Formats: sequence, structure tokens, C-alpha cells
Amino acid sequence: MDLQRRPNAVDWRGLATPLDTRSKALREDVLEIFESSRRGHLGSTFSLIEIIRVLYDDILRYDAARPDWSGRDRFILSKGHGCLALYVVLADKGFFPRDELAKFCAPDGILGGHPDHKKVPGVEASTGSLGHGASIGAGMALHGMRTNSKHRVVVVLGDGECNEGSVWEAAMSAGKHGLSNLTFVVDYNKCQSYGTTREVQDLEPFADKWRSFGCAVQEVDGHDVRGLRATFNALPFDGRRPNVVIAHTVKGKGIPEAEFNTAYHHKSGMNDDEIAGYRAALGSYR
Amino acid sequence: MRKMCLQMVHELARHDERVVFMGSDLGHGTLAEMQSELPDRFYMEGISEMNLVGMAAGLAMEGAVVYANTIATFLTRRSFEQVAMDVCHANLPVRLIGNGGGLVYAPLGPTHEATEDLAIMRALPNMTIVAPADAEEMRQFMRVSVDHDGPIYIRLAKGYDPVVTDPEAPFEIGRAVSLREGADAVIVTTGIGPRIALEAAKRLAQRGIDAGVLHLPTVKPLDLDALEARIAAVPVVVSVEEHSLIGGLGSAVAEFIAEAGFTTPKHFRRIGLPDAYPTRYGSQASQLEDFGVTAERVEATVAELCGSARTVAGLGTMQRKGDGKWQSRMISSHPSTQGQRGTALPG
Repeated sequence: MDLQRRPNAVDWRGLATPLDTRSKALREDVLEIFESSRRGHLGSTFSLIEIIRVLYDDILRYDAARPDWSGRDRFILSKGHGCLALYVVLADKGFFPRDELAKFCAPDGILGGHPDHKKVPGVEASTGSLGHGASIGAGMALHGMRTNSKHRVVVVLGDGECNEGSVWEAAMSAGKHGLSNLTFVVDYNKCQSYGTTREVQDLEPFADKWRSFGCAVQEVDGHDVRGLRATFNALPFDGRRPNVVIAHTVKGKGIPEAEFNTAYHHKSGMNDDEIAGYRAALGSYR
Repeated sequence: MRKMCLQMVHELARHDERVVFMGSDLGHGTLAEMQSELPDRFYMEGISEMNLVGMAAGLAMEGAVVYANTIATFLTRRSFEQVAMDVCHANLPVRLIGNGGGLVYAPLGPTHEATEDLAIMRALPNMTIVAPADAEEMRQFMRVSVDHDGPIYIRLAKGYDPVVTDPEAPFEIGRAVSLREGADAVIVTTGIGPRIALEAAKRLAQRGIDAGVLHLPTVKPLDLDALEARIAAVPVVVSVEEHSLIGGLGSAVAEFIAEAGFTTPKHFRRIGLPDAYPTRYGSQASQLEDFGVTAERVEATVAELCGSARTVAGLGTMQRKGDGKWQSRMISSHPSTQGQRGTALPG
């Protein structure tokens, strides 16, 4: 995408944010998956790595040995096509053996192109069809609230996903019920499948939309690990309303050629040279 | 029936803390007593069926047994994907209460007439479909609905339908109910069909034709044992339902007969609604009349098929399936919709 043509009305935080060793290592794991699968949602995954990394490293309560532990925080990746980011973190945390990663989309693997909660330990809800996770999360949070449970519910939404009317049905309902134990995190990478969010279906004024639906909103650089940590640690934002974290991210973050490039939304038929190129670009990323 | 269904939700909730009711802005005063008595288990959501079903799934994932109530067309059409993926794929204990099954909302037009709801729900793996005949059967069904594994679509009739089932008979999900035995034919039906089928059987008896009635309140899974036993014993089978000829009970029974391998031929006909949107208003009763879903029609169809069966049996051609002569005997003399076998009258 021609950076000069980027519209000014949206927040481009995240573009210059450097990646540390762990962020690069998790992206390396994704590239390793590509060596066997030769396909996957590259751009949609790389915008999401820091969000999921910080949640699982510092915020969510869980027990990888007991994925169904009732006291766990519930995490739903509503933008299921970003599942590679979740898979590499779940494998890293020991929810399932790492060798499953090499069987991504394989007939005998548990890891599909969209996450299936019946197959993958640690996956709370099967997603892939956009616009479902917000309501499921709202239902879980409502149950938690009415049973005075301590666990929290975090739902990660894509920006393109927020074109779905069902997301806003869920937002209205979450606002009505005052679900302060529920957090929607939007991976606002400004690109959807066909083009920029600005071109396809403008979301702005995005934060105002969420506020007007009864949510407490904070915005953050979605690649700034410290900033994400501080934002998530501030949950719940006001104790009366559902929380929304708008994470300003970069689609394809970590591989300059892929950044804001809709051609990298999903890649298939990747060859060794391409993957080697991605690896080299990631290695030398600032 | 609707009142009984909702009353039972309240009753079940009193005794089982897993039970949660969710509605979608329907309707004034619905379960007001439950709302005041059990406010943490009564949720009236907005006019947002996708969210309703998604939230119901989320609650069910946490251990609730959710009864989600709204108009049948919106549950089956509007929120289909949530029903498919969030409820059926996850195989959760969500009970979808579809108000106005069939032509109940005839005065309101096609937006509210659930004439293909059974077909839509039948196609979903894990889904159980129940269409009780009357309030008493609804009461018995609701008692066993709580502990059933997986989702259930509950098709509500209009209400105040005459009671044709045994009020004391326990309901078993997946089990057919014999309402009348008969050696010449069996009329298979569901929902409000038993009333029509029993009336037809009575009329047929006066003509010397002994027709039985098998009620299948569970449309999915079908009680194949009961179907096999009853159909094996008679040459004539007629299905009657307040549903499109495509994909409902008649289709399910046709699929069964086609593959059952009966050693004697079966003369089979479906009576139901044509493959067309209703174009008139009026009442449920007047539309059923318009579409020929009536006792008179069932009677005539059974009598015609029994006549064919006797003729063919007399000619000794029963073993020669695929015979062109045989095929011509199976075609209805009644007008039917274009390209559509079965005995629905055009709308």
C-alpha cells in the first residue's frame, strides 16, 4: 500500500514500534508452520501477536494442564482466521505438544485454518465465521456476573469483523447488562480482505461508536508490549461498563513487504524462497 | 401450548438452577412472574436474534440450560448461522422455542410463516426437533427437555389446539406415539397433524378402510423402529404436516422408505404445503384449507392409494418395481404444484 495515501483520520500507532526477541520468536514459529502448511493468514496473524502474547504472558489466568479449570479467564479469538497467533502461544504455554504446529491444516492435525474448541485444548469457542465471538463472550460474561464468578472474558475482534451487525448487537447487550467482566479487544490493523477499512467500510469514529454503545474504551499501540500490559492491567476500566481496547496494529507487522499489504491477508502455495525471504526480513526487522 | 411451554420453563427453573430463559423482545407480559421471582435467570434481550442465540450459546458453555424464545422464522432464518455454529456444532443444551410453527401467523404474511423451519433445522447435525401436538404433550415433553444432551428446536403450534394425546403418557424424545392402529394404511404426522389424521382415519373407517395414525412429535431423530414396524405391515403410507413438502416430516419418511428395503411395495404420498410462499392472509385454518392440508384430503388420498394397492395386488405386479404401468398409478389425480410431486395444492 502506498503509505502516502494513508488517510489521516485514523491512528497509525504501531508502525514504528520495534519488535523484541520474544515477538520475533513467536513470528518465527508461524513461519515454521508455513514450511509445512504452505498457507495461512499471514497478515491477520502478525498484527495480533503482541495482543495475544501479552494476554497469555501477563494477564489471563489459566492452567495449561487443566484447560477446563473453572476459574480460568475465558479467551475467545473471534477473528478466527488469526488463529496461528493463538496456536503458537498456546503451544508455547504447553496446552498441546509443539509438534502439532507442523500439522496445521493436515488431515490428522488438531489445528485447522480456524480454531475448533472441540479439538484444541485452550480454545474456548470455535470461530471462523465472523461476528459470533462477541455474543458468545457476552453470554459467558453474563453467566459469570449472575453467578458472582471471578473470571473475566476477553474477546478479540478483527476490524473488518466489526462490519458485522451481530458485533453491535452484542455490544448493545453487553452495555445494557453492564458487563464489566467482559473486554472486547479490536485488532485495528486498518486492512481487511479486499482493501483498507477506510475504503471497504469505514469504521471511524470507531472509539466513539463503542462509547455510544455503552462501553468504556481505551486505545493503545497494539505492538507496544508495555503499553498493552498497562492497558490490560487497568481492567476493568470503570467497573460498570464492558471494556473495549482498540489496539492500533499493523497488518503483517514484522515483514515490511507484508505490512498494510492486502495481498498478504492470506497466502497459499508459499515456496521455500518466499519463506526464507520472510525469515530474513523478520530477522532484520527494527 | 405456548403458554404451557413458557409456564414449564418457569416451573423447571424453580427446581433446576441451570435453567435460564432468554427472549428477544417477545411479547408483552411474557413470563412476568418468572422475571420477578427469578430475575437472575430471566433475560429479555432486544430484537437481535443473532445475539440472542450467540449469548445463549455462551451461557450454555458455562453450564446453563437455556430456553431461547422468539418467533420461529427469526430463529430459523435470521440466526441460522449462530444456531448452526454456536449451538449445533458446539452441541450445547440450548432449547430454541419457535413461536408460530407453520401457518400460525397467517394474518401476518410470509415474514412470519414458518413453513420451512423443520427443513432448515433438520439439516443441522446434533439438532433435535420436537413438534408436540397439544398442550398436554408439550407439558410432558418439557419435563424431559432439561436433561437432554444437545440442542432442541421446539415448534410451537397456535395454542388451544384440541388435546389428542394421552395427558398421562410420559414423553420420550425420539419416540413415536401410536394414536390409532390400522391394517390397511398408516398416516404419519407431527405437530398439529394428529387432529387431521385422526379425523381422516375416522372417516376412512366408515368407508371400510382401516387406517392407523402414527404421530412423530420428534421429527429428528426419527423413530425408525416405529416407522419400520408400522410401514412394514401396510401397503399405504400418507404423511400429513403443516410444512413445506420439501424437507419436513414427509421428506424424512420418504427418505426412510426409499432405503428401508421393504419386501412389498409401498404406496406413499406426502400431504403438506407447496414449494411457494403463501400469497393470501386469513387464518391458519383457512390456509390449511387452501393448501389442502385437511382431513378430507388425507381421507381421499388414503382411499385412492388403497384402491391402487388392491388393484396392483390383484394383478400380481407387486414384485415388478420400475414398471411404467405401476408408476402411472402412483401419480396423484389431484392438481399439484409444478415440478413437485406430492399432494400440495397450489397457493
